[in-house]
Formats: sequence, structure tokens, C-alpha cells
Amino acid sequence: MNISVRELNAWFGRTQALYDISMEIPANQVTAIIGPSGCGKSTFVRCLNRMHETLPGTRVEGYVEVGSIEIYGNGTSPVEVRRRVGMVFQKPNPFPAMSIYDNVAAGLKLNGSYSRRELDQVVEHALRMAALWDEVKDQLKKQSGASLSGGQQQRLCIARALAVQPEVLLMDEPASALDPISTAKVEELLFQLRSQYTIVIVTHNMQQAARVADSTGFFLLGKLIEYDKTERIFTTPADKRTEDYVTGRFG
Amino acid sequence: MLKSQPTRNVAWTRVLADRAATGAAWLAALLVISPLIAIFGYLVVRGASAVNWAFLTHAPRPVGEAGGGIGNAIVGSALILGISSLLGVPLGIGAGVYLAEYGRGRLATLVRFTADVLNGVPSIVMGIAVYALVVLQQKHFSAFAGGIALGIMMIPTIARTTEEMLLMVPRPVREAALGLGVSEWRTVLSVSLRTALPGVITGVMLAFARIAGEAAPLLFTAFGNQFWNLNVNQPTAALPLQIYNYALSPYDEWHQQAWAGALVLIVLIVGTVCLVRLIAGRGVMKGTA
Repeated sequence: MNISVRELNAWFGRTQALYDISMEIPANQVTAIIGPSGCGKSTFVRCLNRMHETLPGTRVEGYVEVGSIEIYGNGTSPVEVRRRVGMVFQKPNPFPAMSIYDNVAAGLKLNGSYSRRELDQVVEHALRMAALWDEVKDQLKKQSGASLSGGQQQRLCIARALAVQPEVLLMDEPASALDPISTAKVEELLFQLRSQYTIVIVTHNMQQAARVADSTGFFLLGKLIEYDKTERIFTTPADKRTEDYVTGRFG
Repeated sequence: MLKSQPTRNVAWTRVLADRAATGAAWLAALLVISPLIAIFGYLVVRGASAVNWAFLTHAPRPVGEAGGGIGNAIVGSALILGISSLLGVPLGIGAGVYLAEYGRGRLATLVRFTADVLNGVPSIVMGIAVYALVVLQQKHFSAFAGGIALGIMMIPTIARTTEEMLLMVPRPVREAALGLGVSEWRTVLSVSLRTALPGVITGVMLAFARIAGEAAPLLFTAFGNQFWNLNVNQPTAALPLQIYNYALSPYDEWHQQAWAGALVLIVLIVGTVCLVRLIAGRGVMKGTA
């Protein structure tokens, strides 16, 4: 499912966070969003599943199409959008009062009724995809999601997002709170998920963008400065500001 | 092998400070629980001898007749507290959810203020108010009226605790649910409220324990009854009322019964609170922070 963004503007109260972003994000590949803190990367991905508007005082204008759905169109329900466009957050945020199993099944359980067998299958499949199954299969229903290590929690959150079978996966700095081994596991996962999902990943870490992304967009002060194949962004960027940032000369 | 070897001086003052602080903490803890132990101990001393199976299962007898008990008052209290919980718990939790989730406008400020004022209303005033609004309309005392008086008294505590507990649920946890395409009301019920549940239950139990011992709001509402009654539209006995009546009487035997009734009341309240916690605690997962 490709994503087409046109003239997207977003505000926090009176402060404008995004200016006229237009961007074509192709299906079945990983697109990285890089840029310094406060440049609007997170706000941008949060506009792609209508999460930005859940904060008080925020506003969005513009067009975002996911596949054939105009997500800011009249009559498009944000709940429906978020079911199709999954999200993994910066800090692992499992539901603390739920078991590992219930965490993964939450998206389905809270949205409809499914038989035990269906849920069992979905939970196992999602945990296998997130490379967590072997580590937790013996304590699925006994342990809280919050009892896992940070890296495991983040993979649990990825499994939880995958369980509702979204078409797009947004990841907001998914590895920034993880140690190098857990980070490597999450990156490994991205390679495997790429064939089935459209993935947009925000990252602070340029090496990570270079490792995992097919295309990369560079944001600065709420504007999309440059967007191209990852290789070009990191070797021969067109814009001087991109070059300064990727070479570390930037303030 | 590394072993820290601070100089003697530093070590001494630190050990001393540590001991002093620990001792102070212990002392404070003892001071806090000692009144509870004293009250309970005194009740046991004065009342335990009168507590037996007959006392727990019989209705009061007239003056001069030996025996008699508080069985009807236990049942009556259960009936009244059941009605008040049915009224107070859903309304209190509902108000708390409203305050936490949508509590920004004028109405919310009003609700919060009202809850705080309601919390400060003397219980006897609550009894008179319900007497005027319910008893006079129905033209008779009833367990129903008593339940309403106590139920209203539960609301502020439950509402404010629920609000505070919900506000403590981290925003990322709620965002996780919204991000899965879970609707807002479902997120509040199944994620926020579920995460806050242990705290909410504590609030409910605090409110319950407080009203369970109230006699004043029942004087003009449930009124009391010397006989067995299960009809919510009839005057109904309650433990605090029974204790009050026995304690004010001029008879030694009834004083004894008042002590025993007070002991039973405390044991029942503590028992209910423990039981609810036990049942609710089974749903909590291992490793929850």
C-alpha cells in the first residue's frame, strides 16, 4: 500500500510543526525519516495514522492517501485509519495490566469477537514474526507484558501492531531506547517485514537509516528538505543542508 | 577482591544517621498502627465474650429476656450496603472517568467542586436530606432510603480516586490502544480503567469502609428494626443503628451487646475489604509495575 502525501501542514496550538510536506512513499519498502530533534519527524509520521490530532490543541491540513483511502477525507474514521496503519512508538508501551498474550491479542479483542483458536493462531504468528515467540511461549498468559526486558517489550509492541494485520507500519524511533543487541534484532525484523508491509521509520541514528532504509527523507524545521534513495542522501545529497547533517557538521 | 574501606569517622556518622532514620521510620509506623490495635484490642476485651453463634444469628429480644442478637442487623446492613454500592460505585466511577477524560470545561470544574463539598457534608445532614426527599415522599422508612443516603456518600471518594488513578495511566499506554485502531471509549474502559483498576478498587473500598460504620444517615432513613426484614421498602435494621441503640440503653446486658456488635462490625468491614482485594488481586499479572 503506497502512501501519497500532498501539502501536509500540522500545528500544535499556534505553532506550526509541518510546512507543506509532499512525499510519495512507495509500498513494500522501508522509508526512513531523519533530521535533528524538533524537526517534525515524529509529527509527520503521527499525521499518517491520525494520531497527531489525539493531542489537545492540534490541527492538520492537507491530503494523505493510503492506498485508495483519503485518510483526512470527509467520512473517513480515524479508528479505521489506525487499524490499517499500525504504529510502534519510541518507548516500549505494553499494556501493563495485560498478559503477554493479551497484549498481542488486544487489537483484535478490543475491536471484535474472535474464537480462541483464531486468537491463538494470530498471537503465535505475530510473536514469531516479531522474533519473540521462543523467548515467551512458556509464559504467555502468566506474565505481564511489563515484566519483559526493554528489548523484548519493544518486540512485543511490534507483535501487537502486526497482529491486527495493518498494511502500513509506522515506527517512531523504535530502537532509541534499546541496547545494541536488541536494536540489531529490530533492524533484522525490518528486513523481513519489508516484503509484506510499507514501513516508515523515524530515526535519530543515521547509520540505522543507512542500514535499513531504501529511501530516506531529511526534515529540517518542519520542512522536507530532501527525499531520495538512501544511497544518494548519504553519498551525494543535492542540498547543502542535507550534506551538513549527514556528515555531522550540523549544529 | 575490592572492599570499600571508608575512614572510621565517616563510617561512624553514617551508621549513626542510618540507624536514627530507620528508628524514626519504625517509630512513626508503630504510632500509626497503635490506635487501630488499641481500638481493636479494647473491642475484643469488652465484646468478645458476648459473641457466639446465637448472637450472630438471632434478632434482638425484649428487655429482660436473655439472649438475642444482631443477626437481623447483619442482614440489614448487607442489604443497605448492597443498595448503596449499586448506586455509589457506578456513579462514582462514571464521574471519575468523566473528570479524567473530559475534565477541562466549566461543567467539570463544577462536578469537582460539588464532589469536594459533598465529601464535607456531615453525615447527619445527608440523612435529613434523604429523609425529606425519599422517606417523606414514600411515607415510610426503608432500606432503599438508607441505601441512597449511604450511596451518595460513597460517590465523592470514588470519583476523585478514580480520576486520580486514571490520570496516572501513562499517555503512551493510551496511545498504544488508539494506535491499534481501538475506539476512544473502548480505550478508556478496557485499557485505562483496567490499568488503573487496583487504585480504583482501593478508592471503592475506602468509601465502603467509611459508610459501613455510619449510623447518622440511617437514623431517619433505614430507621432500624427489631425483627428480620428482607423487603427493601420496609424499615430495616443496621449494625451501626443497633450498636447505637444498645449503647444508649440503661441496661448492662445491652451495653455488652453493643461492644460485641462493634467488634462484629469491624471484623465484617475488614473481612469484606480483604475479600474484595483478594478476588480483584487474582486478575493482576505477575511483574506488573
